[in-house]
Amino acid sequence: MASPGATILEAARSAGITIPTVCYHDHLTANAVCRICVVEWMGSRTLVPACVAKIQPNARIYTDNERVRTARRVILEMLAATVDLSEAPELQTLLAEYGADPHRFGSDAARREHGPVKVDNPFYVRDYDKCILCWRCVQVCAEDVQFTFALGFNGRGFETSIATFFDRPMPETTCVFCGNCVGVCPTGALKGKREYLAAQGAPIGPR
Amino acid sequence: MTYQPVLTARLGKIDPASLQDYEAAGGFQALARAVELGPKAIVELLREAYLLGRGGAAFPAGIKWKAVSEAPAPKYVIANADESEPGTFKDRILMEGDPFALVEAMLIAAFAVGAEQGYIYIRGEYPQAIARVQHAVNTCYNAGYLGRNILGAGFHFDLEVRKGAGAYICGEETALFESIEGKRGFPRLKPPFPTECGLFGRPTVINNVETLLCVLPLVLRGLDWFKSIGPEKSPGPKLYCLSGRVHRPGLVEAPMGTTLRTLIYDYGGGVSGSGELGGVLLGGAAGVFVTPEHLDVSLDFAGLRTIDAVLGSGVVMVFDTSVDMKAVLRRIARFFRHESCGKCYPCQLGTQRQHEIVERLAAGRLRSGDLLALREIGQTMRDASICGLGQTASGAILSAIDRFGFDEHTGRFLRFDSNW
Ligand SMILES: Cc1cc2nc3c(=O)[nH]c(=O)nc-3n(C[C@H](O)[C@H](O)[C@H](O)COP(=O)(O)O)c2cc1C
Ligand code: SF4
Ligand code: SF4
Ligand code: FES
Repeated sequence: MASPGATILEAARSAGITIPTVCYHDHLTANAVCRICVVEWMGSRTLVPACVAKIQPNARIYTDNERVRTARRVILEMLAATVDLSEAPELQTLLAEYGADPHRFGSDAARREHGPVKVDNPFYVRDYDKCILCWRCVQVCAEDVQFTFALGFNGRGFETSIATFFDRPMPETTCVFCGNCVGVCPTGALKGKREYLAAQGAPIGPR
Repeated sequence: MTYQPVLTARLGKIDPASLQDYEAAGGFQALARAVELGPKAIVELLREAYLLGRGGAAFPAGIKWKAVSEAPAPKYVIANADESEPGTFKDRILMEGDPFALVEAMLIAAFAVGAEQGYIYIRGEYPQAIARVQHAVNTCYNAGYLGRNILGAGFHFDLEVRKGAGAYICGEETALFESIEGKRGFPRLKPPFPTECGLFGRPTVINNVETLLCVLPLVLRGLDWFKSIGPEKSPGPKLYCLSGRVHRPGLVEAPMGTTLRTLIYDYGGGVSGSGELGGVLLGGAAGVFVTPEHLDVSLDFAGLRTIDAVLGSGVVMVFDTSVDMKAVLRRIARFFRHESCGKCYPCQLGTQRQHEIVERLAAGRLRSGDLLALREIGQTMRDASICGLGQTASGAILSAIDRFGFDEHTGRFLRFDSNW
């Protein structure tokens, strides 16, 4: 039985039911932006995000019906048609599981491209072509962990991106290089400098 | 047409900069009456009147006011004057022509729910409305209608005018709170709702300008008068923003539930252009297209639900049969792509993919699978988006495809001439 105040996601987990998540992280504020975790709550006009919606007694909830699966599949298709997910294995698994076809929008569908990887400090690099805008890095940089507020947003809609104030290089911001953002990034958009160099094929000596 | 306008009665008849004019035309009588009635009775009056919000979502104002009146201070009242829904121009006309009325309505709201601070959030592209409302606020401070111990009745109220910076999303109530707090206009997750956790995390009443202005005649003329206008489930006076291909477009004040036929042919003087009605967009870009078969439906919140349409902010945009409907849809798709805030995936990604497909539709280059993708994207945005923007971003486009006889093979809308 779910504890009072539990989210649908928590209740489902304790009942052994899997609900997929992308933006959610156990230790961070849930902003519920990806909507992969949506479920059908009978009586609700829209689907509801399981990672934030609180369970209620006698609620009739479908975690895996046709309507729910269509929403998840279409979101995954649109995401994969937009962002480089080559280093996001969990998303690759979900795409396969939902039978998502990112190519349905055509080879000319706009992708989010940000130019070269940002290498502007000795600690980590930022490759925003791989960024899925899960907000985790923003959240750890702000109230969830570090209170440095170095990371925010630029643009809006499809052109939204994670950015520093006026896109300044990292050393010119309030960043203290704690590395928390790198730790929570699920897609390889943020990477330690060593890891980045190694991935480029540079021979890296032991630490 | 025996209906006597109340919301627009003073427009063009008084100097909008003159408090004396306003008072001479009945101004501040509703406030005096409200103070006599007391907060509880006003909230009760609003609840019984079943005044539905005029900003788009049609939520009963009385329920919001009651919840906030019972919540602990500090609390806030806000007038949503962001008015960015394409085709909507009612709030601008009200603020430009009768700005003291908005101040008076805000005072009544604050008095009724026990708020000592209020904001009027006005669309940044409305410099005239901003100047006139700001002038009215300043004048009311000098006259003792704002500030400490108003009318000697022992209540205090400070009112501030805030300007939007050009984002449609900042009209969404929780994005509007963020904006007032100095942050980027991202909508918040709901629940919690504004009545519990609104501006600065405090209980907040937020209403559309027209909703607030309905309170003045309601307080002055009473419940029976209010209920005698319009249908039972959706009563009161209503402003319709009549635009597009009619001979006399403009702001129409009529009873809630006026029919489309009356609006277009009596108030609007009939269809211009080809003279033949093609379709009508109700509720703006966030709304739904209807066809000539729907001419006799009652334009109120409940009546329109029966034909899967919405009244929204009162937009009635008329299209004759010579209109290039594909270009209209392309414009709508571009609008949502441009205005999506980017917070949630369905709308951030869906408005882009939708726009791409509608561009192909407009160019007569639909590919196989495009229409299915358009429908699935639409359903996903409606079902899974965080806020009303994404939830409504596909409604107009899909309704046009369904209701205007879209021929997938020729790429034409049968209801519209296709000689362009
Ligand atoms: C994208 C979006 C834009 C909105 N813009 C406005 C607006 O400009 N003015 C307005 O009154 N309500 C607007 N709303 C509705 C508000 O969120 C809210 O429902 C309204 O202010 C409540 O007032 P009411 O109950 O008096 O209508 C918008 C909603 C959405 C989703
Ligand atoms: S950089 Fe990584 S953590 Fe930050 S929003 Fe993008 S994907 Fe998420
Ligand atoms: S629906 Fe669109 S506008 Fe609303 S929160 Fe999501 S991305 Fe932002
Ligand atoms: S996991 Fe719930 S919205 Fe992203």
